[in-house]
Amino acid sequence: MANAVRFLLGFEEQTVSDADPNMTVLSWLRTVAGRCGTKEGCAEGDCGACTVVLGEPDDQGGLRYRAVNACILFLPVLHGRQLVTVEHLRESDGRLHPAQEAMVACHGSQCGFCTPGFVMSLFALFHNERDADRRRIEDVIAGNLCRCTGYRPILDAAQRMLAMGGEDRFSRREEETLSRLRELDDGEMLTLAGAGRRYFAPRTVDALAELRRQYPEATMLAGGTDVGLWVTKQHRDLDTLVYTGSVAGLDSIEEHADTLDIGAAVTHSTAMERIAAHYPDFGELLRRFASVQIRNSGTLGGNIANASPIGDSMPVLIALGAELVLRRGHERRSLPIEDFFLDYRKTALTQGEFLERIRIPVAGADRTLRCYKISKRFDQDISAVCLAVCLRLDGDRVAAIRIGVGGMAAIPARARAVEQALAGRSWNDDAVEAACAVLEREFQPLTDMRAGADYRRLVTRQLLRKCLLETTRPAVATRVLEYREVSA
Amino acid sequence: MSSVPERILPEFVPGARTAHRALAHESAVGHVTGGATYTDDIPEPRNLLHAWVRLSDRAHAGITRLDVEACRQAPGVVAVMTHDDLKAATDVGPVAPGDLVFADGEVTYWGQALFAVAADSIDSARRAAMLAEVKYEEREAILDIRQALERDAAVSPVRTIVQGDPEGAIRGSAHRIRGQLAIGGQDHFYLEGQVAMAVPQEGGDMLVYSSTQHPSEVQHLVAGVLGLPDHAVVVEARRLGGGFGGKETQAAHIAAIAAVLAQQAGRPVKLRLDRDDDMILTGKRHDFLVKYEAGFDPDGRLEGVDFMLASRCGISPDLSDAINDRAMYHADNAYYLPNVRIVSHRCRTNTVSNTAFRGFGGPQGMMAIEYVLDEVARYLGRDPLDVRKTNLYGVEERNLTPYGQVVEDNILPRLFEQVERSADYAARRRAVDAFNRENPVLRKGIAITPVKFGISFTTTHLNQGGALVLVYTDGSVQLNHGGIEMGQGLYTKVAQLVAEEFGIALDRVRVTATTTGKVPNTSATAASAGSDLNGAAAVEACRKIKGRLRDFAAGRFGIAGESLRFEADALHAGEQRLCSFAELCKQAHLGRIQLSDTGFYATPDIHVDKDTMRGKPFYYFAYGIACAEVVVDSLTGEYRVLRADVIHDCGQSLNPAVDMGQVEGGFIQGMGWLTTEELYWDDRGRLMTHAPSTYKIPVASDVPDDFRVELASWSRNRAAAVRRSKAVGEPPLMLGISVFHALKDAIASLAPKGCSVHLDAPATPERVLLAMERLRRATDPAAAGEPVEEDAES
Ligand SMILES: Cc1cc2nc3c(=O)[nH]c(=O)nc-3n(C[C@H](O)[C@H](O)[C@H](O)COP(=O)(O)OP(=O)(O)OC[C@H]3O[C@@H](n4cnc5c(N)ncnc54)[C@H](O)[C@@H]3O)c2cc1C
Ligand code: FES
Ligand code: FES
Repeated sequence: MANAVRFLLGFEEQTVSDADPNMTVLSWLRTVAGRCGTKEGCAEGDCGACTVVLGEPDDQGGLRYRAVNACILFLPVLHGRQLVTVEHLRESDGRLHPAQEAMVACHGSQCGFCTPGFVMSLFALFHNERDADRRRIEDVIAGNLCRCTGYRPILDAAQRMLAMGGEDRFSRREEETLSRLRELDDGEMLTLAGAGRRYFAPRTVDALAELRRQYPEATMLAGGTDVGLWVTKQHRDLDTLVYTGSVAGLDSIEEHADTLDIGAAVTHSTAMERIAAHYPDFGELLRRFASVQIRNSGTLGGNIANASPIGDSMPVLIALGAELVLRRGHERRSLPIEDFFLDYRKTALTQGEFLERIRIPVAGADRTLRCYKISKRFDQDISAVCLAVCLRLDGDRVAAIRIGVGGMAAIPARARAVEQALAGRSWNDDAVEAACAVLEREFQPLTDMRAGADYRRLVTRQLLRKCLLETTRPAVATRVLEYREVSA
Repeated sequence: MSSVPERILPEFVPGARTAHRALAHESAVGHVTGGATYTDDIPEPRNLLHAWVRLSDRAHAGITRLDVEACRQAPGVVAVMTHDDLKAATDVGPVAPGDLVFADGEVTYWGQALFAVAADSIDSARRAAMLAEVKYEEREAILDIRQALERDAAVSPVRTIVQGDPEGAIRGSAHRIRGQLAIGGQDHFYLEGQVAMAVPQEGGDMLVYSSTQHPSEVQHLVAGVLGLPDHAVVVEARRLGGGFGGKETQAAHIAAIAAVLAQQAGRPVKLRLDRDDDMILTGKRHDFLVKYEAGFDPDGRLEGVDFMLASRCGISPDLSDAINDRAMYHADNAYYLPNVRIVSHRCRTNTVSNTAFRGFGGPQGMMAIEYVLDEVARYLGRDPLDVRKTNLYGVEERNLTPYGQVVEDNILPRLFEQVERSADYAARRRAVDAFNRENPVLRKGIAITPVKFGISFTTTHLNQGGALVLVYTDGSVQLNHGGIEMGQGLYTKVAQLVAEEFGIALDRVRVTATTTGKVPNTSATAASAGSDLNGAAAVEACRKIKGRLRDFAAGRFGIAGESLRFEADALHAGEQRLCSFAELCKQAHLGRIQLSDTGFYATPDIHVDKDTMRGKPFYYFAYGIACAEVVVDSLTGEYRVLRADVIHDCGQSLNPAVDMGQVEGGFIQGMGWLTTEELYWDDRGRLMTHAPSTYKIPVASDVPDDFRVELASWSRNRAAAVRRSKAVGEPPLMLGISVFHALKDAIASLAPKGCSVHLDAPATPERVLLAMERLRRATDPAAAGEPVEEDAES
């Protein structure tokens, strides 16, 4: 059993034995390690000033680097990983890293406060995707806010960095890093007690199930992109944390003939690619889900278990008819996802139970899925309204339809009355107008800072109309984001 | 892979060695390596305490009980300060009182500071602060402009500018329109939040590191709350992680809290606001309500305009007078208004006191007139571009502003002509119209809007700057001036000027942190005037030193002083290199010549009559123009900016790379203000958008797909500003107005010509869709059934 957090800070080994499990990596860096290059701009994962990069072994025996937000990452999560910050990038002879050199050459910094975060996002890009185009780069830095530059020089810098190519001190020392990481992590469960709090990182699903039973009041911690904010924004004390990110198998995706079976700890980044292959519209929704940093930490399971009425994956999973596998001890049960949400942030999980897997039907090429996310900003924003429609037509008749909505009720909901109004009817204006009237009655959304109730209602009706148009008159351009592709 | 687009930056002044060149920001390497130190990164002194401020959760209420005893007893707590614990001044109002350090028996806005705690960690300070017992007796609150207007609640009296006979002109016009427009505020969202660290010195003095745009004011106000003379307080700032006006007056409050706690505890105290508290506790751009009436001829030429501009100032005067004055001074923007009245209401509300923000009221004034011209064009069924051009200021005539200043440097006609050509406006206008005829869902819009922005503080005495230049015997130079580096590249530009003066390489000039201990009594780094004022002052200091060096060398080499040149790190006479600059300095020192000096600059030739607001408030104008094209989803109101063409006037740019950065960044920030950046208060006066999760500034993918930005390299400042450059900090923000009007244009395509298009700002997808629904309802009887809620402010 491991009792201390062991990780590499750059290339330097660190052992922290008395870590407070609620301490974030950012506050450790700035206040304990005295490394102030990494900045705090919001402490809620939204600005990217705190972006750092984690190095860890991938499934192919290589080392992968991913950008994450240090401000909502708890320190023990570093166990067995390499933490790279902006101070580590320079070569030992003082030469700048290509990410840094390109930023200087392109005048990519003004006040400079956002810059370390951008440099780290670019550093991860340098290691992961040398062929990224401008659009993809926009995606990669969607989680980094800059108030000064207007971004163009930073986009230029990213392209320039990729064109420079080459190696850096991290790629040259990859083998060494891998073997040192293997030494740091003995594969045993990490158990910590610091500042009166406990932290467990079990390695098997059985151990997780056992801990969950033993400590039913403990907080399950997956990516921490919701849980982290409970500490940094709601100032809650999380006395016992059970981390799912080291559990073997919980991060696996299994492809079966008719289902995609996704472990609860699979991150959005990992899930996105596989899901997009089956459902491009779902893939696009996930692309607009938060930012790269958040998707690199946050999990599909966490999104569902968090049960926010404006969580993005749930309306789609509802429309697709996904099933959840819940586990308590050795018992498993499965539940249609729409039955998981009972009331505002209340789920069907019983004491000691947890979400193990998510099963998404993929069979049936005759099904069409359309997803729509309405927000003030396209990237890195929370939905005002989310609508997902999964439709099977028989001729022009609606043979089957499932509709999931977010932002319209206290829970992610299935629009059953609307579905009924459409089932069996001809898929045309009359049917959709009738369905719009039903929609109006079925949901009573709120007015808040994201949108007014009237807009929520109006735009949901409009999205249903749009869905009709897109499925019956595919030649009509209906999406400003896609239009941009056409014109570019 | 696509190749990297090389940005072509114009050569401004061939021959200049360092000035006018596109050099990197002086801290660029520090920025990218994490080595650049911000206030929160300064190594913490021993015994440092951390502060937390407890904020009110009522908009207007009597405080019937405030018991902080439990806070004082909490673990780790060293000091607690309430209003009653303050020993000297209790108000940090910058111009007039009204900004209390801590609430005094009453809270007057949601998020007002009640008291502060200093403890051994942020966590203990916060936990302790939550232990206080606070009881309120709620009072009626005035929350928005309408309520304030109804009740005559104002932070200062109404002001009016009148020229000609607006009423008569409107009455006598062939056509008239009237309407109103609500313009939202804007949070600065500097990436570095407000922060100050106060470190007690011997004899009761205080050293304050503050993320401020105005160290002299922080010094004066901190001295006030500590009960000390100004000379006992030193305020220092090396760099800010963004300011945008938000750290002009607002930083003083933060510094004052840190300082009183430090004085009380006898230990250093740091106060760094959490982002949410920062957004709740500090002021923002003023939101405005504009009412207008305009009379015009059949060509759309304005004959009379009557404006009512009302702004939400919040609870105190702060800088609201100057901000609203500037709004009035920009309600003409680029257009000749022969008969005009501008009435300005400065509304007092139970909300946080609004403050300076890039443009300082100018953007709101410009929005007013641009909106009127767009509506005139809609009314006449004409292209708004034609109506704008019809109303432009003339070069020789039709060039008198509403406040009596003659526009002497008008380059607008050339900018219009250039952008119409480079943006290929006519063809794209036709393409947009054709697209809109063919597409049932997506709609396009295109618009060109100009900027004419007056440069100088309208409070005339603020137009002064100072510098201190120290030359050492090895020829290296240390430069200090009153300006603050907040990303705008001021330190770089002034260093370039100094290097150019001495003919030395840029790396021989080191800029040191701005401190009240070196250059005193400075103005805020604001009004875009940073390099005009501080640059000119630094040049003056250099010239004094050079004058002495020249006299010394003349004697030493027996050459007439006038023929000596400072160039290529050396002193030259004609083609002959006499000695290195370092050698000259060393010799001069041995010759007992003073190698350091101060410089001072006061902008000449400006004056305003305080009562009538007439005169010449501006030394010169900076100009710019933008053409934006958008595509809008008429089903949802979502949109994208497809292309933007910008031409901006920086005169003879001191650093084209830095200026380009200001222009691009300004455009995007202005676009954000008018599109996605929505501030939302609930009906109890609580700000609900107080973090980046809910307040949405633009991200990289919001940048126009095709973004073409040029500096007008042919422009030269007619006024004798430093090296004929022009100020560039604020003006480009207002180029973003083009995006708002492109959206309005796209919306208009849903209705026949002649329809008015009402759109308030920010034009969120929600407002865009509701505007389209209103139009559809107005023009299509079949669509009349569905209810559409009017915007709150209309
Ligand atoms: C900046 C930012 C942007 C965001 N943008 C979006 C967005 O666009 N759309 C969106 O929907 N969400 C968004 N979120 C919310 C969040 O990222 C997602 O909900 C994410 O999927 C949560 O996953 P996680 O792994 O981080 O969960 P965690 O934070 O670790 O956990 C979330 C909840 O799930 C519980 N939990 C986790 N795993 C299990 C399990 N296996 N069994 C039972 N309970 C479990 C936890 O105890 C907790 O209650 C955003 C968050 C941030 C900070
Ligand atoms: S500090 Fe803003 S994302 Fe972490
Ligand atoms: S350079 Fe200032 S926020 Fe990006």
